[in-house]
Amino acid sequence: MADNPQRPAAANRPLSPHMTIYRWPVTMMTSITHRITGGGMAVGMIVLAWWLVCISNGPEGWQSFHAIWDTPLGLLMLFGLTWCLVYHFLNGVRHLAWDLGYGFDKREAERNSVIIYALSILGALAVFGAVWTGHAGYLQ
Amino acid sequence: MSSAQTPLHKVRGMGSAHSGTGHFWHERVTAVALIPLSLWFLYAMLGLAGTSEVTALQFLAHPWNALLMGAFVCFSLWHAYLGLQVPVDDYVTTAGAKIFLMLVIRFSVIATGATCLFAIVRIAAL
Repeated sequence: MADNPQRPAAANRPLSPHMTIYRWPVTMMTSITHRITGGGMAVGMIVLAWWLVCISNGPEGWQSFHAIWDTPLGLLMLFGLTWCLVYHFLNGVRHLAWDLGYGFDKREAERNSVIIYALSILGALAVFGAVWTGHAGYLQ
Repeated sequence: MSSAQTPLHKVRGMGSAHSGTGHFWHERVTAVALIPLSLWFLYAMLGLAGTSEVTALQFLAHPWNALLMGAFVCFSLWHAYLGLQVPVDDYVTTAGAKIFLMLVIRFSVIATGATCLFAIVRIAAL
């Protein structure tokens, strides 16, 4: 059987896309982050269901929720969910703008990717900062 | 090469995805609805942070707040249902695993939504 002269060459040539040697464009990062934050909030909806059920159970339910979520680990997870909401909200609005044809220029999209990362972290910090500085709980 | 298919027939055929633009469009419609609903949700959660269960019960028992929370839950879960399907469509290649995961997503979303709505109604009826 004759050797296929193309086989060794085909095995050695660089294949695309090579995820491991790619310089990750920031827009790729924002796209992946959008999926991760969406999935995170889907889990967060179970926490919301948990919270609503606990409230409907009265004082004992309220305390049982706080016993788990008003802890360092619980608050860290709630901070994560807050960031997921802020990020997914901001990037979601950008997706809607893209759907309408705005901001799709490469440089522009790269720049506002960085802005969205920064704003989402600041937004999540602002939400928790408002609670810790006593600016929350205004529905009392 | 010319085709005997009419444009409408091609659209109705819907290719290998077995659906048209419905998924894309519903994702966008729910996203738009979630812009004001998410802002309201953040306002409500911040306002209730550090308060008591009495405050939360009174707030959620108010008809407008019960309706808004119900709408937030429904649109969020509808949007989540559509969104969670996308990675499955993208990365799961075997039909069996795909159908299994799609069912898991569907049942989870329905269970979560039913639980939320039941709790909201229960709070309003307390």
